[in-house]
This record gives sequence, C-alpha cells and structure tokens, in this order.
Amino acid sequence: MTTTRETSALEFLAGDEYSIPTYRVLSQDGRLIEGADAPALERDQAHRIYQAMLATRVMDERMMAAQRQGRLSFYMQCTGEEAAVVGATAALDDADMIMAQYREQGALVYRGFSFDEFMNQLFGNELDYGKGRQMPVHYGSRKLHYMTISSPLGTQIPQATGYAYGQKLAGEGLCTLVFFGEGAASEGDFHAALNMAAVHEAPVIFFCRNNGYAISTPTVEQFAADGVAPRALGYRMHVIRIDGNDILAVYRATEEARRIAVEQNKPVLIEAMTYRLAAHSSSDDPSGYRSKKEEEAWRERDPILRMKHWMVERDWWSDDEEQSLQEELRREVLETMKRAEKRPPPALGTLVTDVYADVTPALQRQLDALEAHIRRYPDAYPKGASSLDPDVKGSAGASTDQGGV
Amino acid sequence: MPNMNMLQAINNALDIAMAEDERVLCFGEDVGSFGGVFRATSHLQEKYGHARCFNTPIVEQGIVGFANGLASQGSVPVAEIQFADYIFPAFDQLVNETAKFRYRSGDLFNVGGLTLRAPYGGGISGGHYHSQSPEAYFAHTPGLKVVIPRNPYEAKGLLLASIRDPDPVLFFEPKRLYRASTGEVPEEDYQLPLGEAEVTREGTDVTLVGWGAQMEVIDRAVELAEKDGISCEVIDLRTILPWDEDTVADSVLKTGRLVVTHEAPRTGGFAGEIAAAIQERCFLYLESPVMRVTGLDTPFPLTLEKEYLPDHLKIHEAIRASVNY
Repeated sequence: MTTTRETSALEFLAGDEYSIPTYRVLSQDGRLIEGADAPALERDQAHRIYQAMLATRVMDERMMAAQRQGRLSFYMQCTGEEAAVVGATAALDDADMIMAQYREQGALVYRGFSFDEFMNQLFGNELDYGKGRQMPVHYGSRKLHYMTISSPLGTQIPQATGYAYGQKLAGEGLCTLVFFGEGAASEGDFHAALNMAAVHEAPVIFFCRNNGYAISTPTVEQFAADGVAPRALGYRMHVIRIDGNDILAVYRATEEARRIAVEQNKPVLIEAMTYRLAAHSSSDDPSGYRSKKEEEAWRERDPILRMKHWMVERDWWSDDEEQSLQEELRREVLETMKRAEKRPPPALGTLVTDVYADVTPALQRQLDALEAHIRRYPDAYPKGASSLDPDVKGSAGASTDQGGV
Repeated sequence: MPNMNMLQAINNALDIAMAEDERVLCFGEDVGSFGGVFRATSHLQEKYGHARCFNTPIVEQGIVGFANGLASQGSVPVAEIQFADYIFPAFDQLVNETAKFRYRSGDLFNVGGLTLRAPYGGGISGGHYHSQSPEAYFAHTPGLKVVIPRNPYEAKGLLLASIRDPDPVLFFEPKRLYRASTGEVPEEDYQLPLGEAEVTREGTDVTLVGWGAQMEVIDRAVELAEKDGISCEVIDLRTILPWDEDTVADSVLKTGRLVVTHEAPRTGGFAGEIAAAIQERCFLYLESPVMRVTGLDTPFPLTLEKEYLPDHLKIHEAIRASVNY
C-alpha cells in the first residue's frame, strides 16, 4: 500500500527523522534499570539459560584450544554473544524452528544438544548426523528443530520466511527465528526475505546479531544507515533494537516478538547490539583490524558476567556453584572430545548417499570404480580403506537414524 | 480423450496436484489471479485460495529461498520463475541450497518437495533474455533433477511425477510449444518416469538425441533423412539430470552413430557430456564421431534467430555427415 498524501513543499527526507533507541533492562552490575519492562523469568528458566551460556563459553574455550593444538581443523566461537543467542532461544517454544548462521551453538546447548553430539560433528566421525560432509560447527538437529547450518551468508533468511509461511498454513501456532549477522544483512537474500515476510505475513523473527564486525569489516564500512533496524520500516515490519548483552532485554524482546509473529502472523526484526569478543574463526586474527583497548571495553560488558551479577543478587547463584559447574563442564568437554576423535570416519559409501533420495545408477558406478581404486592403493586413502576393511566395517552407517526423530 | 495444448496440460497437472494434496502451493510473479504471464496457473487461485496460489514480489532469489524453506518444512512448493532467463538471481539458492540440502544435513532435512517451473528456449523472437536454455548450468549440480517435456502428454505426466518426486526438480517448459503443441491428454492422473529416456522412433543407422522443443525439429529432420534411405532412431532424453546413459548407449551400440542437438550454445552444452559418456561406453562400436547440432557460442540473437537455431536442415546435414563419414 502506498500513501497518497500530497504536499507542495519540496522536501527530501534523509532518514535522520527516525532514531531507533536501544532497549535495555539490566545494568552491567546486574541491577534492574528502574521502571524497565523486565520479563517474569522463573528461577528454573534463569538457571537453564545461565548454564547454557556458561556451557557455550566453556566449550568454545576448550575447542579453540583444541584447534590450536591441531586436533581440530577449524572452529568458531560464540564468545560475547551468548546472551543474544541463548536469550532469544529461551524465549521461543522449544518446537519453534531455528535457522542459524553459524555462530549460534548456544541455541543448541540450550535445547539440549549434548557435548557428544557437538564433538561428533566437530570431528566429522561416523556418528556425525551430517556424515562428515561439512566443516566443523555446521550442526543440525531435526529433533531439536535446528536447521543444519549452511556456509553461504544469508541464504537461510528467505528460507526462514518460507518455513514460517508453511508453519502458518499448518496452523500449529509455531514460528521460525532466523539468526544472521549485520554483515549478512547486506546480502540480497536479506532484503528478499524481509519483503516477502511482510507481504505474505509469515510468522518469522529476524534476529540480527550486530556484533560490530564481518570478519575484519567494521559496521561503518558495511552500511551508511543507523544500523540494520531502520530497514524494517521500509518493509512495514515491527522492529526493535536491543542491548544484545542484556539477557533480560533479549528474552523480553524475543518473547514479545514471538507473540506478534504467532498471534498476528507478522514478522519482526530484532537488532541485537553486541560484540564478537573472539576472532571471526580459528583462521582469523583480529589484532590486524581492531584495538586491544576496544576489545577490553567490551570484555567489561560481558553478557555472562552481567547475568551472573543479576543471579547472585537474587541469591539464585553463587561463586561455588559457578566453580563446580565450570569444572564439570570442562571435564565433560574433554571426555567427549577424546571419545569423538577416536571414532572412525563415516563409511566410504556415504560419499554418494543423500545426493538424491536414492543412489543413481551413475553414482553407483562412480562409487564402485572408486572402491576398486582404493583397494589398489589403500595406503593413499586411509579413511576410505579402513571403511572397506571388513574388520572395521561393523561401524559403518551407525549414524543413519540418529537425531532424525 | 480431450485435446490440450501444453499450457492446458500443465494447468491440468497443477490442478490435480493441488486438489490431491493441500500442502501443494503455486506461487511466483503474476501467478495469482492473473494466472501467470502464459496462463499456466489460470484459475488455481480461485479454486484453492490466496494462501495456496499467490503472486510474489519480483525477487527470484527470494522465490527460491522461500520455496526451499517451505519444502524443508514439509510443504510441497511448485514455484514459477517467469522466464528461465531470469533464474540466475536464484542461482545461489538453487546450487548451494536446494541441491545440497539433503546431503549437507545427512538427510536430517531435505527439500525434495520442491518443483521449480520455468519457460525456456527460443523461437519466439525473445532476444537475449526471453530465449535461453540454461539446462547445462544445472546439469553440473549434483542434487538437482532437470526435466524437460516435449509435448502436452509428456508435460502433464512428467510434471506430476516431478511434484511427487522425493528430490527437487527444475522443470523447464519449452515456451515455443506452449500453444503450438497440442495432443490427446488423459483427464485423469498419471505420471511418467523421471530419469528415463524414451525411444520415440526405432531405427538402425543413426541415433538422434534431444529434449524439449528440439524433438519436433528432430522429427522434421528425420523425415528428410528417411527420404534419403537413412533409418533413424530417435531418443527424447526427458530428464537431463540424472540422465539415462543406458538407453542412449544401448541405441548407439546398435546404430554406431550419434547426433545430439540442443538450442543452447555448443561449448559446455549438455551434448558435450553425452558425447563424452557415449565414446567411453561405445568407442569400438562407433562408425563416426559423435556430432553436435547446437546454438552458436553467442548470446541468443534476435533478428537472426532463425540462422542461430539448430533447425531441421542443420540436423539433416549432420545425419548425412554422420552416415557418410
């Protein structure tokens, strides 16, 4: 719909007429800001959230260290963005679909993905649901309604619109939340997704993690506008900007966004202001493009610390509990990592399954030829050769029906 | 049995699919109340409502991204790209998403329910951007199926099979035949197999392979060749990916000669793949080199379209050259 109000004054709008504030509930020392619209978070729910944030932090630290030791090819940390990711997930129904970018493992931790499941994917072993086909951190879980990660930036955003439209037609009262960064929001897919969601009234929450950087590119080189949030107005979509390091603000805003999405079948854009405390990935070194001083300033605004202060203040958490949980988590990560790295790789045959629902004759011929070749040069292809060896073949295909539910 | 043109056959197939399964949705640019610029989706919105048949904004990457999401959710999207020439903004969604959805998730998720329809091909004075045949780009992408019908009967049966197939299908419709090609089409539901070529004419001297609008061009060339006393075997590939090597190889083992034709440019065209596969499987049986009759390696022209197209005369020449090699 286009408005037709007329004016005889020659007047251009520059966009500065709008200023989108940042919604915040919790100060850094864990106190509620006076008069703030805070969520009614129960103690058990707060514990579940806090423990998921802490578990994500611990896993990220250990796995980055493992990558540095050469045990893992690649890793990406959620560090600094745990409140944005876990808080948003916690405000959803556990059956709502989550389509993530790649830095949102906190959502999976919150929903109950086990360390064993994480490790199997990271090491691409025979139990990896993805059958060792994707780089580390490309998790997926059907039973936890978490779409398998795809590397290309922003492709999940219009898919979320479509998924949510299907949920609306199915009438189950569920929605889709899609995560992406402020850099990915420059992709054409972002604009396609938001416009289609508004036009087709899809119950989808677009959750932008504005973490300051797209690898090395700062936001000032990503967009000239006041962040990502103003774009929603162009699509006539509900929007809110929030302090992404404030767990209560994230939770409350997402809870309300979900209500709008599911009850009114309207999409919502949330721009969560946060900071990527870690490098982009294990292949990146931020010292080349940002200062230690800047990082330190954000470290003081650590979202986990802020929630901890709030929990301790309410007598819901203590340093003793913190220490024992951290120790337990570290031990569990190490144990599951050791288990996962010892497991054999997926069977050679998984190279050609799942390209189509059934293996085509041409693909079967290619696999047969490859097997024959590997049998002639087993030393050159140790992973494939071990899967052809009858003695180890018993483990082949062990992952076929896991996580499927 | 009623007589239908290809558009009516396609419309009839969509109608059957939507009536049978409420998860089937049809959408795209101008697809809603207007029924599509070619009218392939006529009356579907009236019959099945706005929620299941609707216009989208003009955003091909969005249409395919949206369709991927719907299919992964369990819906059965039949999306339309108005012209195959405009499929390229959606290339990433198709090649990196649609094609890899099942594989990358280890079969936790798939978009098998997706069918993407797009009119393709020349002969309608459409110039660069209403004439292209992009099948070879997608034939290079494992995980996609690429299907092209040659007449109304084939269009209905192959489209219904595509919609119900457990894998995503690109369904390219030869728009030159939309109204030009008519024939008997059963009212009832039927499917034709994907991944299977059809021998449409048996012969002994030379095998001709094509698909879509080229099939009637082949038939005209064959009429000329038969007058020369050359016996031609004609194969409609029907599915470009995964293609039916066995049927083509069996035929070439018999005839010893192969001519492949498509409208798309020669270099990197799908005829090259067929030629390579067939020489691997039939080398000692070949009496002459595999020949290709294709478009030129140029953008699709306008005024000189007739000169560009691989018509019956060019195919007839190739048949003679193959037999007299």
